[in-house]
Amino acid sequence: MSATQSTENAVLLQVHNLQVQFATNDGPVYAVNGLSFALEQGETLGIVGESGSGKSQTALAIMGLLARNGRATGSVVYQGRNLLQLSEQQLNTVRGSQIAMAFQDPMTALNPYLTVERQMTETLQLHKGMDRQAARASAIRMLDAVKIPAAASRIGMYPHEFSGGMRQRVMLAMALLCEPAILLADEPTTALDVTVQAQVLALLRELQKDMGIAILLITHDLGVIAGLCDQVLVMYGGRVMEQGSVAHIFHQASHPYTRGLLGAIARIDGQGGPLVPIAGSPPQMGQLPSGCPFAPRCAWVDGLCDTQVPALHDIAVVPSELALRYPAKRACHRAAALLNMGPSAGEAHG
Amino acid sequence: MADSKPPLLEVRDLQVHFPVRLADAWPWAPWGKVKAVDGVSFDLQEGETLGIVGESGCGKSTLARALLNLHPATAGSILWNGQQMVGASKADWMAVRKDIQMVFQDPLASLNPRMTAGQIIGEPLRIHRPEMSAADRANQVRALMDRVGLTAQQVNRYPHEFSGGQCQRIGIARALILQPKLVVCDEPVSALDVSIQAQIVNLLAELQKDLGLALLFIAHDLAVVRHISQRVMVMYLGRTMEIASRDALYSAARHPYSRALLSAIPVLDPEIERNRSRQLLAGELPSPMNPPSGCVFRTRCPIAQEQCARHVPPVQTDADGHSHACLAP
Repeated sequence: MSATQSTENAVLLQVHNLQVQFATNDGPVYAVNGLSFALEQGETLGIVGESGSGKSQTALAIMGLLARNGRATGSVVYQGRNLLQLSEQQLNTVRGSQIAMAFQDPMTALNPYLTVERQMTETLQLHKGMDRQAARASAIRMLDAVKIPAAASRIGMYPHEFSGGMRQRVMLAMALLCEPAILLADEPTTALDVTVQAQVLALLRELQKDMGIAILLITHDLGVIAGLCDQVLVMYGGRVMEQGSVAHIFHQASHPYTRGLLGAIARIDGQGGPLVPIAGSPPQMGQLPSGCPFAPRCAWVDGLCDTQVPALHDIAVVPSELALRYPAKRACHRAAALLNMGPSAGEAHG
Repeated sequence: MADSKPPLLEVRDLQVHFPVRLADAWPWAPWGKVKAVDGVSFDLQEGETLGIVGESGCGKSTLARALLNLHPATAGSILWNGQQMVGASKADWMAVRKDIQMVFQDPLASLNPRMTAGQIIGEPLRIHRPEMSAADRANQVRALMDRVGLTAQQVNRYPHEFSGGQCQRIGIARALILQPKLVVCDEPVSALDVSIQAQIVNLLAELQKDLGLALLFIAHDLAVVRHISQRVMVMYLGRTMEIASRDALYSAARHPYSRALLSAIPVLDPEIERNRSRQLLAGELPSPMNPPSGCVFRTRCPIAQEQCARHVPPVQTDADGHSHACLAP
């Protein structure tokens, strides 16, 4: 994994203060607010959050695929260019060939009217200027690489003739056809059964090792994050609540939401005792609270939380190579030490 | 189980088959059949939770629906308190359904959008206790809404005004209002966000303890099943692979499929998750239209032998009550 490689890896994608807004009939909806991260070559960055946390809109904004009423501001710098300011035409030379995306539901992301061959060769003809013969040959090679048996004969089939896991492999193959530097994977295993999910995750790991691509993985499943990611962003209500190395998030998380999420998940190893649910329900994105978006559900809330949005700031952690590479940050008004004393200590303070 | 009390529910060799028209067949050709549930047996004691796990297409939802006669069973027997329910009349089922209720997977789709929460929760009372006065009914609905974590002011709201977790609470209240003995939960939390899942799982566990309910908890999430069940049944392509007490199954599964399923689940710890050896299953679920001969799991089984293609392994119960269906010793 890339965490063991040298620290001077090239930064491929630099996202700074990304904001995504949608104009709706009920007024503006702020889906993503002030997201910043850097993605380095060969590393995997995970964005984890519940529905409505803005994680998918982040990926769509990077790819320039927002719905028509959506607007992204801030900067997404790839090879010295801000992707958010490129024209559709300029963007088309980048997406698909250098930054590719794999979607959650392969049945709706693939075109049911076209054979897999037609859909795959289209990409190569467009981006690489290959003729159909050469494109077909490299499409078959890529289907082989994602371990689709009898790729040469199955390439002529339609998406519905593949099973769910196979379709997800076809989509990965399609995303990787032009050997992109970055793969955006939006919930790539959510629609799959666990045994097939394990296969696809193993495949992603292997492809990353062979091709050295950087992966931006979006998921709600912390187990997938644990197995694949180097760096993690925890999102809630369109904001980053906590970010840091994967070890930090799982072992030293100090944001009430991250802690709550980890405590609410049933563990397969039977550890962790009774489930501690987070009270309440995720926020309506149209009516976000004026302060911290998590405040209405937070056990440690005090006066400041309801009125002021906490800034994302660096926190001191035990120094290590990983911590240097992925500085831990959190957005919370309450001191990290308070969390270890339980919610009642917080109340006495507030 | 070596219990002296007769089980609440006794299912023996239950089969649910669906007729399907075969691909590329002539219109007059005989129809084929999908054996969605093919010979499943288990007992359920009063107040017990049995978890049923398996991947999509393994027949777990069909099994749940067959227990309420939402899909009629093709063969086998369902004994409810000693009463044979396979082939029972509509009137007999009507009487029994008071005691068996169901919670569905999709919280919003399982509620009638044109009824208010109060009407939805009270409807079972209207059907099964038509003599009850509207005031009594409203009182019961309010009391139960409070019990499942809804407020009395929400009684006149429509399903679309609730969040997913709240809708599932309405579904649970609807299932509980007749004070059933058994609640069949078909993937009750899989459509919910993780922070809400824990709320619903805890609510179900609490209600079960307080009301002495028996639960049949169907899910594909083995971690959630581990949390709530006392015994767990693993299904694959319509058949039982293993039934055991929870701890026995999760710590020492005896069927190769159960072991593979357990090893496929990510562990919430980056170091353990990256360094553990994982047993990846080759291939995917075979088509239930044309299941493999002999043991249905043999095409993906890491220890399949020649005999597995010829013999269907019977479900054998070991001395400690742990049952599994595998020919390998």
